Amino acid sequence: MLEYLKLETWLPPNVSTYGAEIDFLFYIIYYITGVAFLLVAAVMVAFIILYRHREGRRARYVHGNTALEIVWTVGTALIVIVLGIMSRPLWARIKQQVPPSNIQVRVTAKQFNWEILYPGPDGTFDTKDDLLLDNELHVPVNRVVQVFLASKDVIHSFFLPNLRLKQDAVPGRTIQAWFEATKPGVYEIPCAELCGFGHSGMLGYLTVHSGGDYEKWVKEQWPPS
Amino acid sequence: MMSEAAGVHATHVEHAHHEELGFWRTYVFSTDHKMIGKQFLFLGLFMMVLGGLLALMLRWQLAWPETAVPGFGWVPEPYMYEGIIPPETYNMLFTMHATIMIFFVVMPILVGCFGNFLIPLMIGARDMAFPTLNLLSFWVGALAGVVMLGGFFVPGGHAASGWTAYAPLSARAIYTGVDWGQNIWCIALILLGISSLMGSINYITTIVNMRAPGMTWFRLPLVIWTLFVVAILLLLALPVLTSALAMLLFDRMAGTHFFLPTGGGEPLLWQHLFWFFGHPEVYVLILPAMGIASDVLSTFSRKPIFGYRSMVYAIIGIAFLSWVVWGHHMFQSGMNPALGTGFMISTMVIAVPSAIKTFNWLGTMWGGSMRFTTAMLNTLAFVSMFVIGGLSGIFMANTPVDIFIHDTYFIVAHIHYVVFGGSVFGIFAGIYYWFPKMFGRMMNETLGKIHFWLTFVAFNCVFFPMHILGVGGMMRRIYNPMQYEFLQPLQPINVFITISAIFLGLAQIPFVINFFWSLFAGKQAALNPWQANTLEWSAPSPPPHGNWGEHLPTVYHGPYEYSVPDVAEDYAPQDRPLAVPAPAGH
Ligand SMILES: [Cu+2]
Ligand SMILES: [Cu+2]
Repeated sequence: MLEYLKLETWLPPNVSTYGAEIDFLFYIIYYITGVAFLLVAAVMVAFIILYRHREGRRARYVHGNTALEIVWTVGTALIVIVLGIMSRPLWARIKQQVPPSNIQVRVTAKQFNWEILYPGPDGTFDTKDDLLLDNELHVPVNRVVQVFLASKDVIHSFFLPNLRLKQDAVPGRTIQAWFEATKPGVYEIPCAELCGFGHSGMLGYLTVHSGGDYEKWVKEQWPPS
Repeated sequence: MMSEAAGVHATHVEHAHHEELGFWRTYVFSTDHKMIGKQFLFLGLFMMVLGGLLALMLRWQLAWPETAVPGFGWVPEPYMYEGIIPPETYNMLFTMHATIMIFFVVMPILVGCFGNFLIPLMIGARDMAFPTLNLLSFWVGALAGVVMLGGFFVPGGHAASGWTAYAPLSARAIYTGVDWGQNIWCIALILLGISSLMGSINYITTIVNMRAPGMTWFRLPLVIWTLFVVAILLLLALPVLTSALAMLLFDRMAGTHFFLPTGGGEPLLWQHLFWFFGHPEVYVLILPAMGIASDVLSTFSRKPIFGYRSMVYAIIGIAFLSWVVWGHHMFQSGMNPALGTGFMISTMVIAVPSAIKTFNWLGTMWGGSMRFTTAMLNTLAFVSMFVIGGLSGIFMANTPVDIFIHDTYFIVAHIHYVVFGGSVFGIFAGIYYWFPKMFGRMMNETLGKIHFWLTFVAFNCVFFPMHILGVGGMMRRIYNPMQYEFLQPLQPINVFITISAIFLGLAQIPFVINFFWSLFAGKQAALNPWQANTLEWSAPSPPPHGNWGEHLPTVYHGPYEYSVPDVAEDYAPQDRPLAVPAPAGH
């Protein structure tokens, strides 16, 4: 049971470019809130011991302390504003500025599968060489992958725990997302938004290929004729 | 306005003279705010048992997936298969657990019970401004409860699209297989909205118009301030939910497409409407508990509340902010990400009034003379657990971190630290504190402390590990974590949580025994057993119809004048002038 108390083992291993930055922010907040909690708890315990009722001692008659109240108000405000400013660029990079790339896939969610559409060698969707695979997303390592997310029925959520990416797929619109994997391997793609009785177990696999492997996989799918 | 209020007073003085109302008018269709408060309490406690059982069932499934729940073999197919919960039923379980706990436990007890019981007593009024409206408010609420329970018995089962009922999942029966269950869910919540609306109008009118002579705004106990602000939040937020529910019903039953993209509708519209209501709702659930904690903490520290005015401004500040943060539920929803930063900042700013409150509670303890009654222990638990719930909120408010933890057990941990660690410990504090006034008898302190410690330990064993599950990536609302390779190593935590949850359930037995035993056989309560200052303690225990005899109390000073120097006693009831003049402003 004790191994669960080790912080490093909490987050799933990260294999994406921006994942490390998310984890870094996570740790910063973890330490700030952890220290804040320990301070409050320590003060509380100390007060509970020091100021428990004892015969013959009267409580202090104090209504407040303006200076102290200003200090903790301003202090808290500063911490959260700095945190906010620190987080803004990363959010913009992940969700607002999709880097250019010629690796593109369409991911269409439906109860209870991920339909993955590859544009094929010609690089354009809705052409003859498109390839549709259920729940199998193949990408090369160290390349930006653009995902065009849509849904055929209800809202689903495209979740790549190891790549620190989550984006809802909403029927009626296409949402662009991106990631860049840094380590070859096979990773799970659960659905993170309740989508019906099959929500649990709606599961795809992301295969990150090393450079040569990816070429091989492409050749297998689209054999040069 | 004032003359009207005076008129209300006058009629109730007359009421006080011809008592004997008979069984039905006294216990069932009562217009007495105290009886209505108690009715809300019993409604809430009854529903809490049900909500808790649903939680235990779903915990069973998470720890030992697809094994038979002991004692549930009798449930017919297709709801259960010889005690085994199928995914459809599992979705119904967590949907109804949250719906019941939020709308039929915490709201009825914190707002319905304490609001009704305390407002007239603590401001020095004989009853609510509109007693008949008050009666209607309870009975419409009870009807909503009956309708909601009815949903369990319709073919297709009860609603199974989460308490958030995201469209389009909730908007068409084919997506969940739930037909009338979801309709009933909408109708019951619309009814409950009407009930709460009637209550809020009553609370606001009563607090504005019917305060006793001398009860200025800044002499109001903080619990009344929180209930006042909550009533305003409900008045403004509920119509939005009610409209959204009506639209959802139309989509389901009348072929409209408000939330269905196939007809030009917009799924995210539901989320905007729902969370525009939903975030203020979270404060509806926590603010009264903050008020209760403030009052109990001051009483048992025998000290004035630290920073009374900044407490009031923090309550108002939290309420204002609650209107501009709803987008934090939608960071990953497809809402324009440019909005994310604004919602992140407004959300994180809530840390400021929350910190003010926490530090002021610590300030109240500082230099006090604390008595660790059961009510006080629950209050101290409230403060510390609320701190954890508040701090974990910062993770989710942070947009990049939220990308990972959104829709995971981290959220489940957070909401339970706020609504159980916060609201429910606040509820327990309030019950142990005001029980003597409500029922005229004391609760047993030994049983109370046993209940507290078992609950406190089990609560943390249940909900703290959920943070670890969330950080490990475990999605909320999944039926079987073992279906995922990356979650399998976390399964022992799920088992530990479920075992703790069973203990948490068992830990409530001493409370039930204590509550009912004390109700009939508890020690007779004195007028003011805690030697507290606020006005309710100047009325008999329990107060008669009309609360006070001939004369309403007059208020001479603020509610937290404890341990005033040169006064022999360490408390100073609000209806007794202080021998020495209190410092200016108090
Ligand atoms: Cu799903
Ligand atoms: Cu919120």
